[in-house]
Amino acid sequence: MAPNSPPPALEVHDLTVAYQRRPVLWDVDFALPAGNLVAIVGPNGAGKSTLLKAVMGLLPAASGWAKIHGEPVEKQRRLIGYVPQRESVDWDFPTDALDVVMMGTYGRLGWGRRPGAAQRELALKCLDQVGMSPFANRQISQLSGGQQQRVFLARALVQQAQIYFMDEPFAGVDAATETAIVELLRELKTQGKTVIVVHHDLETVKEYFDWVVMLNMRVIAHGPAGETFTPANLQKAYGGRLTLLSAVADEIMSDGGRRAQFERAKK
Amino acid sequence: MTFSIDFSDANLRWVLLGSMLLGIAAATLGSFAFLRGRSLMGDALAHAALPGVCCAFLVAEAGRSLGWFDIGSKSLPLLLLGAGLSGVIAAWCIAAVARHSRIKEDTAQAIILSVFFGAGVVLLTRIQHSGAGNQSGLDKFLFGQAASMVGSDLITMSGVAAILCALTFAFYKELKLLCFDADFGRGLGFPMARLDGFLLAMIVASVVIGLQAVGVVLISAMLIIPPAAARFWTEKLHRMVPLAALLGGLSGALGALFSALAPRMPTGPLIVLAATAFFVFSLLFAPRRGVLARLWLLLSTRALVRRENALRDVFEATEASLSPHSDGNKTAVEAFPGISEDELLIGRRSDAATLRATLSQLQKKGLLQMQTGRWRLTEAGLRAAYEIVRRHRLWKMFLMYETSLGAQTVDRDADAVEHFLTPAAVSQLELLLREHDLEPRLKPIS
Repeated sequence: MAPNSPPPALEVHDLTVAYQRRPVLWDVDFALPAGNLVAIVGPNGAGKSTLLKAVMGLLPAASGWAKIHGEPVEKQRRLIGYVPQRESVDWDFPTDALDVVMMGTYGRLGWGRRPGAAQRELALKCLDQVGMSPFANRQISQLSGGQQQRVFLARALVQQAQIYFMDEPFAGVDAATETAIVELLRELKTQGKTVIVVHHDLETVKEYFDWVVMLNMRVIAHGPAGETFTPANLQKAYGGRLTLLSAVADEIMSDGGRRAQFERAKK
Repeated sequence: MTFSIDFSDANLRWVLLGSMLLGIAAATLGSFAFLRGRSLMGDALAHAALPGVCCAFLVAEAGRSLGWFDIGSKSLPLLLLGAGLSGVIAAWCIAAVARHSRIKEDTAQAIILSVFFGAGVVLLTRIQHSGAGNQSGLDKFLFGQAASMVGSDLITMSGVAAILCALTFAFYKELKLLCFDADFGRGLGFPMARLDGFLLAMIVASVVIGLQAVGVVLISAMLIIPPAAARFWTEKLHRMVPLAALLGGLSGALGALFSALAPRMPTGPLIVLAATAFFVFSLLFAPRRGVLARLWLLLSTRALVRRENALRDVFEATEASLSPHSDGNKTAVEAFPGISEDELLIGRRSDAATLRATLSQLQKKGLLQMQTGRWRLTEAGLRAAYEIVRRHRLWKMFLMYETSLGAQTVDRDADAVEHFLTPAAVSQLELLLREHDLEPRLKPIS
């Protein structure tokens, strides 16, 4: 890297995370250039969510470090936006969509200060950006899964971050929400933001993302999606489970596989 | 037993005010414990306070008899300090057991609660059987005796209660974040573990100041019952907390009042009974979340499904009667001779009486008409049935071709296919309907 080039958006060095004595991630080492849409893929239990949490300092690392734009995470909290897994919270909590989105402003507000009109306006703007403004005052348990996911996205947008971490935002959402999220990701990219997404749908990796980190307790491969997301690397990441995946591999090799599937179904 | 009450009695007014403030503080903090899923924590901490009270008493006694110091074994601040200390130790033990063993937190709470309370009862029994112990008055810490409190006790209690309410108000935003999404809060840079400890410490404080008035056995009810009752009435936290505080304050005041009315009645159980009355009323009658409201919703949904099924059955019977080349217009509907109740019962697991009730409901709505025991659609009924049948069949197509439509999972709560699929997908579904020859053949005249 040239001495004057900007530091990577995210640099992870030799990161090892262990639950009790059992390591779930070891020697994770990679750097992501800014302004990319990055997918983290890997089989169940590969440590994808653990990686996100450890990078953000939500889980203690056994060794190693992560830097955001060249500085330790604790110094760069204001640059980070976070979309946790939807199942991680109790949606029967007594609050509405707007209030959840406003939580994204708490970091900048700091201790004790209440959100005011400015924060409210920003939250409404971000709700609108994900197409949820008609639901601003809806109790959150009355929202569908996809709508709940969009509320979480709006909350991350309110953080006005440079780098976003999203934990399975596409899990269990309807088609309309999936489209909305993809549009949002592209919008963020044009603004020069980096978005790191834990993703489980292998079929859409190449379509949605331009950078891939393939993970199975250690980094299998990382780099531009076109060069990295190959059947050989899939085999390495998913191992014996690949028989299930060979069909998927065929799909990703053939352009527009999904459209073909629909055509077949129609016949 | 006398039932006269003298409101000019200064002490009684203080007792009422103190119990009310205690109820407000406990319910305010309890709201966050309740939403954090820590409802049992207050109970564990309260029971764990008993050995602390006894130990503090013994230490004071020992100090006096040995001539080292004399701070008075009945000194309330000392006893409460003991209670607070053993509460904190218990909280630490629960966290340690849950973290370092495979035992889960609820089990850890149950173990610590009973171990500490058992030790407390042993100590209490020994104290009461010893010489000076008879007059110790420690037994009132079991079930509480608000009326026995004197001015200085009440000032301590009210002061701490007011401070707890003020702290909750000051850190309302952070506590909400802790209860809703602690990980996200960590991501924002808030020290959530410390905040959790702070909440726990405040709960310990509210338990400790309530010991004398309500007692170790029942104080947790003041933490949990008012918030649980308040939750039924509102979907907003900023309304739930004040409502819980109001119910808690009322329960506290009512309990203290009744306890003063009937001499020697323990205050704790009376406060709990008052709070429970509010809870039961909320459980039954709250709109939307209450039991009766939900029962009503269930019954009306059932009735709606039965009506839709009946309409669909009549529609499909009419459709089946069409000749292959009919265009399904109005005359075709009028030509349909109708379907009898017996025919409608075939294939539906419904009893005749329910079916008849459903049909007559539809008749009253002007959707069905009956002539000589046979049922037919009215014009309005045809329009309604067409929509129902179309929706039903689009669903069928959707479930058959789900994967190829590009939606791995959908929102099954949506009431119509159109609400969760894009218009393009709906038109694909309509295409599929045509190919499967499932397009509704009867058309309403619009």
